[in-house]
Formats: sequence, C-alpha cells, structure tokens
Amino acid sequence: MTATQPNVDRRQLSYIAGQAADARVNVELEAEGMTLNIGPQHPATHGTLRLVVRLDGEQVIEADPIMGYMHRGYEKLVEVRTYPQINTLINRIDWLGSFANEVPFILACEQLMGIEAPPRAQWIRTLFFELSRIANLTLFLGDMGVQLGAVTPVFYAFRDREHILNQIEAATGGRFHPNFDRIGGLKDDLPAGWVDETRRALGQIRKFCDVMEDLIVGNEIFEARTRGIGVIPADVALSYGVRASGVDWDLRRDNPVGGPGAGLVYDKLDWKVWTHPDGDSFARYWVRLQEVREACHMVDQLLDSIPAGPIMAKVPRIIKVPEGEAYVATENPLGEMGYYVVSQGGLEPFRVKIRSASFSNMSITPWVLKGTYVPDVITILASLYFILGDIDR
Amino acid sequence: MALVPGVIKGLGVTFSEIVKTVTKGPETVQYPHAKEDPVPRARGVIALHEDNCTACMLCARECPDWCIYIEGHKELAPPRRAGGKPRSVNKLDRFDIDFGLCMYCGICVEVCPFEALFWSPEFEYSEPKIADLLHDKSRLGQWMTTVPEFEPYEAGAQVKGKKVPR
Amino acid sequence: MGNTLAVEFAYWQTTIFKLVMAFVAVLIPAGGTVYLYLFKMVSFMQSRLGPMEAGPYGSLQLMAEVGKFAQKEDIFPARADRFVFAAAPYVVLVSTFLLVLVVPFGPDAAFANFDVGVFLALAVSSLSVIGILMAGWASASKYSLLGGLRAAGQLIAYELPLVLAVVGVVIQAGSLNLQRIVQAQIEGEIFGWGALGNPFVITQFIGFFIFLVAVQAELAQVPFDMPIAESELVSGYMTEYSGFRFLLFFIAEFATANIFAFLASVLFLGGWSVPPFVTDLLGIDSYSNVMNVIGPIVMATKMLLLTFLIYWVRFTYPRFREDQLQRFAWKFLIPLALVNIALTGFFKVAF
Repeated sequence: MTATQPNVDRRQLSYIAGQAADARVNVELEAEGMTLNIGPQHPATHGTLRLVVRLDGEQVIEADPIMGYMHRGYEKLVEVRTYPQINTLINRIDWLGSFANEVPFILACEQLMGIEAPPRAQWIRTLFFELSRIANLTLFLGDMGVQLGAVTPVFYAFRDREHILNQIEAATGGRFHPNFDRIGGLKDDLPAGWVDETRRALGQIRKFCDVMEDLIVGNEIFEARTRGIGVIPADVALSYGVRASGVDWDLRRDNPVGGPGAGLVYDKLDWKVWTHPDGDSFARYWVRLQEVREACHMVDQLLDSIPAGPIMAKVPRIIKVPEGEAYVATENPLGEMGYYVVSQGGLEPFRVKIRSASFSNMSITPWVLKGTYVPDVITILASLYFILGDIDR
Repeated sequence: MALVPGVIKGLGVTFSEIVKTVTKGPETVQYPHAKEDPVPRARGVIALHEDNCTACMLCARECPDWCIYIEGHKELAPPRRAGGKPRSVNKLDRFDIDFGLCMYCGICVEVCPFEALFWSPEFEYSEPKIADLLHDKSRLGQWMTTVPEFEPYEAGAQVKGKKVPR
Repeated sequence: MGNTLAVEFAYWQTTIFKLVMAFVAVLIPAGGTVYLYLFKMVSFMQSRLGPMEAGPYGSLQLMAEVGKFAQKEDIFPARADRFVFAAAPYVVLVSTFLLVLVVPFGPDAAFANFDVGVFLALAVSSLSVIGILMAGWASASKYSLLGGLRAAGQLIAYELPLVLAVVGVVIQAGSLNLQRIVQAQIEGEIFGWGALGNPFVITQFIGFFIFLVAVQAELAQVPFDMPIAESELVSGYMTEYSGFRFLLFFIAEFATANIFAFLASVLFLGGWSVPPFVTDLLGIDSYSNVMNVIGPIVMATKMLLLTFLIYWVRFTYPRFREDQLQRFAWKFLIPLALVNIALTGFFKVAF
C-alpha cells in the first residue's frame, strides 16, 4: 500500500459510515406511518436543525431532533485561546443577543480572579445585558408571526430592532458582536449623548410592543393557532428549564451562585418576573412580550442613575486566571446560560463547559411534539425559541 | 367565531403603515444611491499609524485568527545625545492585515501599547478577488485619514480621553 | 343592447381578436397586480420600497423575473411522474383562461354571452383543483404530497360557500347570464331611488363577504394557505417546481385572483357599468358603444379595489390550521350562505 492509499480508504469508510448512520435513523422509524425530515434546510427551523418526525396522516407519532449540524467546536476552540480571544468567540453563540453570551463567562472569570468590577461597569453591564435581551426577544416577537404565516410583523421587528442595534453600535462599535465585556469591567465608556438616544430607541420599542399586541396577540387567528398548543405543565417545565408555565423562577432574582446580582445590579432595580399559568405557545409569546416591556422599564431605570466612576478595575495586562473552577449562570434571553470555567493557572482555560439554554429547551421536543399536528410542530418550535448557534455551539 | 375586533385592528395597523410609507417615506435607505453614515465607533477597517509602531508583535500574537503578518528588523539609530551608544530601533518591513480572516473583534487595537492601530468606520472596501483583501502597510496607512476623532464621554466617566495622531 | 360595429369582420378574424384579447385580459392584469400588490403594496406595508432598480420605480421587475424564470434549468425530480408533473401547471392555467371567457367587459365586449354564465364560471374554476392535486402527487416528495392533500380538502370544502354566495345574487337578478346580472344592477332601484342603480353588494353584503372569503381560500392565500404554508412545507405542492413551470403556477395564481375579482365586481359591484347618475351627467346611454371602451377601465378599477382587499388580508394575517379552516367552512360559512339564500328568497318574494 502506498502512502496515499490509507487516506483514501479512511475517507471512503467515514462516508459510508455516515450514510449507514443516516439510513439507520430512517430505517428505525420506518415501521409505520410516514417519516418526514423537517430540516436541516427548512424555512421554519431557525437554522440547521433536523427534526425527524414519524407521521400518521398529519399527526406526529414520534419526533426526534437531531442537532449538531452547526457544531463549531466552541469548547475545544476555547482550550487554545486566551481569555480576551475567548470573549470574542463566545459572542457568536447566541448571535441575536450577543452581549448576553459574554456576561456569564466574564463573571465566572472574575470570580476565579477575585476581581469585582467597579459599580459603573456593573451598571452599564446590566444595561447592555437588558438591551441584548430586548434585541433578541423583539426578533422572536416578529419571527413567531412569520412561522405562523403573517409576513409583515417580522419586518416591523427588524425595523424597530435596528434602533437598539444602533445604540449598541454607538457604544461598542459592533451591532451584532459587541465584544465589550472585559474581566474587571468594560472595554470603554459610553459616548456623549448615548443616554438620550437610547431613551428614544426605547420609545420605539415600546411602540413596537403595542403594535405587536394589536397585530398578533389580539389576532383571533393567532389565538386559535397557539392557545392550548404545546402545553408544558409546571413540573415538566421545572425539569427542562422552560418559561411561562407558571414557574416563578428567574436567575436574575434567584441566582444561587454568588448572591443576588453577583456582578449585575438587578437587586437595585424595581422589576418583576413575568409568568403565565397556561404553559402553551400563546403563554410563551405573551410572557416574552411582557419581558420586552419589562426590560425597557429596567433600561429606563438604569439610564436614570448610572453611577460615576472608573469603568475598569485594576487588572493585569496579560490575564492569567489562577487555578480553580467556577460556574456562573445567568438569565439570558433564551433561557439559562452558564459557563463552567476550569483553569489551571495559565493564559488559557483548561476547560470551559458551556451550558446553553436552547439545547436544554430542545430536549423537551420529543415529549411535547407527540400527538400534535404538523402545523402545530411549527408553532411549538417557534414558541420554544431556540437559536441554532446556541444549541450546537 | 367573533372575528371582528382583533383582526380588523390588525388590518388597520398594516393599512396605516402603507399610508405612512407613502407619505413619510420608508425606513430603508436606497443604498447605493443614498448612504447612511455609520457611527464614529463603528468597526469598519483598521488603520495603522506607522510612526508609532515598533513591531512588538503583540497584535499579531493576540489576534484570534492570526490574520496580522508583521516583519521587522532592528536598525541602529543615532544616539540621543552626543557620546552615547547608538540605540537599536525596530523598523517595520511588513504589516499586513488580512481582512478576509479578520473577525473585527478589536483585540489588536486594544492591546497595542504604542497606540499605532485605530478603528475607522469605513466599510466599503470589498474586492472581487479575495487576495486583494490583504491590506498592506501603505493601504493601512491610508485608512488613517478616515479615522474620526475620539468622542467625548458621557457624564460621570472617568476615562482619559485619547487623541488620534495625525 | 343591439349595437353593430361600423366594419364587418369575418368569424375567423373575430376569433383571433378574441384569442389575443383573452391573453391580454389574463396576463396584463396579472402583471399589473403582481407589480402593484406583490412588489409595492406589501413593501409599503413593511416600511420599505420594494424593487426600485429595474425600470422606473421597479416597474420592469416582473419582466426581469420572467426572464430569470425562463432561462432556468428544467428540473424533474427523479421519481416524479413526468407527464403528470409537466401537465399540472397547464391544467391550472387552462382553468384560468376558461374562467375569463364568461366575464363581460362592456355591453358587447364579452368573449361569449352564455345563458348559464355563472354556472359555467363556477364549474371551470374547480378545474384548478385537479391541477394542484396532480402537482402534489406527481412531485414525488413528502412535502408536496402533504400540500396536495391539504389542497384537496380545502379547495373542495370552499367550493360550496363560493357557489352558495352567488345563488343569492342569481335570485335577485333572476338570471344566470352575467350580462343580465349587470343589467339588473344598472336598472335596479334602491327603494325607488335609481341614481346608483342597485349594486348587489348593498343587499347581498353577506354573500359578498362569503364570496371574498371563499375566493381567498380557493386561491390558497393566507389565511387559508395551508396547501402552501411557506414556513412548513416550503412551497407545498409547488415545492419541486422551478423555472418556467413555477412561473406558470405563479401567473396562474395571480391571474385567477384577478378573474375572481372581475367576477365579484360583475356579481356584486355592477360590473362594467357606472352608476346611472354618472351616465346621465355625461349624457350617454348605459348600453352605448362608448361603454365598450369605458367598461374595461371601470372593470379594471373595481378589480384593483377587490384585489387590494385580498392582498391586504393576505399580508396581514397568520394562517389557519387545516382543521380550523375546514371547521370555518363547514360550520360557519355554509350555514351563513344558506341563511343568506333564505333571506334573499324571502325578500324577493315579499317585495
């Protein structure tokens, strides 16, 4: 055998193995009913999610989500990146509310290094966290409309979201990937005039929420499509971490790690946790609508009283996190996101485990999709709201 | 099925949007006929102020994509005062940034200890050939003219303001 | 209504003229409404301007799209039934052209004056169902099959409200002939006041509503677009079609919408006629030769109004689920239509 022969065989072998694995999936489900492959290329599955459903007519007998089509190897990548470089990469996990991805990681590193960010930095960090929540959830409000067939609300979502993205860009330089959080504070301070502009942007978002309430929530067709669809009772929701099933739990308020706030200033604000007893798709949409309004309210309070002070604590130039491990989870727009950082004292972490919200949210899919109709599958997927980057990392 | 109230309100919303777009104009900008100015801090392209650069390689080392290529050599410059030793300075031979790889993260601009790299909001530099996306020293120097001044900060900030060397 | 033209034409000449006019009557309004509603109105609804580059204000965008579709590769799915797959778009288009035959555009400007015009119109409009079923089955794809099956159920279910809504008009006009229906609207009077004529939309408003809803469903438009359901089935029965065949479906969809709007304007809004007080003002007879020129313009205006309603609803609402759709048709629309017929008959006899 020449030197090149083994390579060719291995490639061919892996190709055949892949095909066989694919076939095995289909063969297993072929017993009765029609097997339909929703995705990985599909308009409804926010990206490359593959959902293999076995149908009896239009009713789903069995559903099997197959994730990993967008796996980018984050946890392996960050093992060979320094901490500032990791900050850049993890922006891209949940790309709609991207500042929110940096926060738990930075908080974990700050915990390991024993550094506390100055109050101004914590304040502005919370501000941007809530802004990213608004950016993420406004898209959801429009996107659920488009999954159900209403093509216009999503344009309003993109249009009004631009105001928030412009504000994020004015302060950080990047609309989608701000890369603004640093261990010990933030990269830079806010430019002059930012506070007033942001207040104006919030006014637009509030108007958008009212429009969505008229256009979608009040629409009888939408109600008929979402009420009673995909009901997730409270106990199941607790074990999977899904909202809007009457479970009054929010990490911003009930964070067990590091005490209330622990790097964010939620304990100094006046806000409430929204929940809905029904647990169906309509409840999930409604709760997120109220969350956007609540986030606007929080940002207003934050804008009113940003404390003066430095924006960055005393941090060495070359960041070496001492040995130890820390896990910090925060209430991200998509759910609970956590980073488990294990450091062995070097420039790079030893291991970072990313607990992403959408992955856990998706694991409820086989249970909740049983017995629903095909159009309801789309409604439920849309209401569970996942981002593929968040599932697959 | 009382379909009248909610669905009619929805129709009203879209109709008023039609009227608004016809009378007041759309929310979109007809690029390339009309262009919107990006904010001053927008991360469009990286400009190099060559006089400040000492080829210390920090930016090339910290770049997550390794898209900065630096080559330099040491030269002997005349001593600062008469009778002293000639001091060695780093001279920059090659400073390329491959914008095809660049993630626009800003780590290089941030870690530069001599303030030789600056952000410019210029973004219209797309090329038909990918190889042309590698901007060399002279091109990076040309971007310096597009770098805006640093903005003043909000009230309560205690950050020192910086100036762009021209 | 017995006007003669100044010049005598042979039969074959009028036939060719009618053929050309049939193409014009189907394709030109289709192109116009595609531009006006699909490109511009939906864009204005979404705070944007739509296509602006191709021609002034994007008016030639449709030409560009036609050119794009025409030069695409003709793709057949491997396991598709080639003949049925190829024939399906033509079947849908044939029903569109047959439908335009019965619509009168003026006192003499009609392709043919059938005594059972309404009956013929409703009968040929059901031909498109066959085309859609053929497309869904022959595509050999599970998505298309789902779309085709949904279409079968939906389109057949909404045929009934369509027919029953028209029955009220027929009772009031006393004839199935579309020209007679227009005449009844011109010469009718509302409680003795003849200035407006008697457009049947005033008395038959229930029928009008049912007709428009049923038309929306027959065209498989949102909120009744389960057969297409873009976010679920990609394109339903049209998924596997690309290039010129897809263009045929596309044109058929918009042309059928226009022709149903023509029909609705004939049945409910008075067709090619203008209200009598206008003709009195202008000093012309309602059936004069001038109306043969004004008639199509009036029809076009009324058609644009009705298609505005159709597309306004299409781009605002989410879609119904299949069973909700069926429930709406069988349990709400059909009883309502029957009530409408009963009331119309009662009032016709009583007054």
